[in-house]
Amino acid sequence: MTGVRIAGTGHTHFGQFPERTGRDLFAEASAGAIEGAGVEREDIEALFYGNFMGELAEDQGHQGPLMAEMAGVRAPATRFESACASSGVAVREAVKNIRNGEADAILVGGAERMTNLGTAGATKALSIAADELFEIRAGMNFPGAYALMAQAYFSEYGGDREDLAHIAVKNHENALENESAQYQRAITVEDVLEAPPVAEPLGLYDACPITDGASAMVLVSDDFAEREGIDAPVSITGTGQGSDRMALADREYLARTPAATAAAEEAYADAGIGSDDIEVAEVHDCFTIAEVLAIESLGFFEPGEGIGAARAGETTRDGSIPINLSGGLKAKGHPVGATGTSQIVELASVLSGEHVNSDAVPDARIGLTHNAGGTVASTTVHILEVRS
Amino acid sequence: MSEQHDEGYDEWIDAIDRGEGYALECSNGHGSLPPRRLCPECGDADLEKRALPDSGTLDTYTTIHVATPAFTEDAPYTVAIADFGLARLTGQLRGVEDPEVGMRLAVGVEERKTEDEPLLVFRPA
Repeated sequence: MTGVRIAGTGHTHFGQFPERTGRDLFAEASAGAIEGAGVEREDIEALFYGNFMGELAEDQGHQGPLMAEMAGVRAPATRFESACASSGVAVREAVKNIRNGEADAILVGGAERMTNLGTAGATKALSIAADELFEIRAGMNFPGAYALMAQAYFSEYGGDREDLAHIAVKNHENALENESAQYQRAITVEDVLEAPPVAEPLGLYDACPITDGASAMVLVSDDFAEREGIDAPVSITGTGQGSDRMALADREYLARTPAATAAAEEAYADAGIGSDDIEVAEVHDCFTIAEVLAIESLGFFEPGEGIGAARAGETTRDGSIPINLSGGLKAKGHPVGATGTSQIVELASVLSGEHVNSDAVPDARIGLTHNAGGTVASTTVHILEVRS
Repeated sequence: MSEQHDEGYDEWIDAIDRGEGYALECSNGHGSLPPRRLCPECGDADLEKRALPDSGTLDTYTTIHVATPAFTEDAPYTVAIADFGLARLTGQLRGVEDPEVGMRLAVGVEERKTEDEPLLVFRPA
């Protein structure tokens, strides 16, 4: 089985661009990936593309062939939809296709246009990732869902809003020098605690922003990289995916995310490593509590221990396992269909020494990305390793 | 009421409204909510309607301030998950100033402000 290498990456600035079409966002990101890889467009054998709310934001379905056109790629093109994990699942399918010999070079990425919908419209669009009959009709939305999980966590394990605030502060700090990030602005614990409530106990600064953006990468087989003389030091060595019951109320635990644990265990086994080998990670912090649930499910912290990790400095840039050096969804932004690939683009840059925050982990060789959909009813985990 | 009929769900929420709420139980004792053809836990196709108990317990809650357009005029409102034994239900919590996890709640159907749609509501039992 061949290995899979990241040959080139592309990323738009993440932010508020309500007038930019999704197709233009992906055109920019895909051009960066293809040019960065130094791969001829005719050598790309497929496009795997993630997008969540195109029908609602732009009245645009069937985006696979549209985005292939925008990327200048004449190849079979498929859109993947798995809520906020849409491009995570696209990456996973690309990895499997290259490994099994179906293709040597695949363009994979995602895009989302959101801010043209406004805050209420985007909140409504996001809510379709929950159970319409049993959750949305009760008035639950995504801030509300994560607030239910936060309250359940506090009840079961303890912790408070100030613990969560330290996660927001950390991720904003990490994004300060990241030119791709929506917010390059420091915030304080007081800012988070005093922000208006969105869904108690979560406030405005516990939530990631609504974001427009796209990300892309070209994945190639080891043989293709060698044959074409492509310098691709970072490989995807592990992939895993987990699912869970759709509605939060139907889960055994309200303050744990076993789909992420399942995805991580599969990815660790695939890469032949364990959670202790991970030196740096990008996790899906759509809300501050989501980072807590992620780092526990991935095995970095025991259940109940993750809440204090940012406050104790364990997940900050100089901590034992820096989390979200890119700024995470919280500060870098969360154009949902683009997030899964964005995490891998950013982590590959960190590991290859090219990221503004690479100096936080100068010797790191193994990292992990965690991309979650819905209230973590879908999760993908990928392991990245530097292979010289 | 919306024109659309959601078979299985509409009958279920009407039953809650009449005080005759139910969940489905498979022959292995797993609970779920309709419409279902199989138990989501074990795949058993032998699903029987079982009456919900008169009250459940509050598991978690949140007061939502930023609502979707369908709930704008209702905000702020409190959404809760309550455990009714065979199944947990998600609804809005009314008539409680300081919710406490574990408190006993009854379930019914009430109106909401923004739209004329039935709403699952918990109140202290």
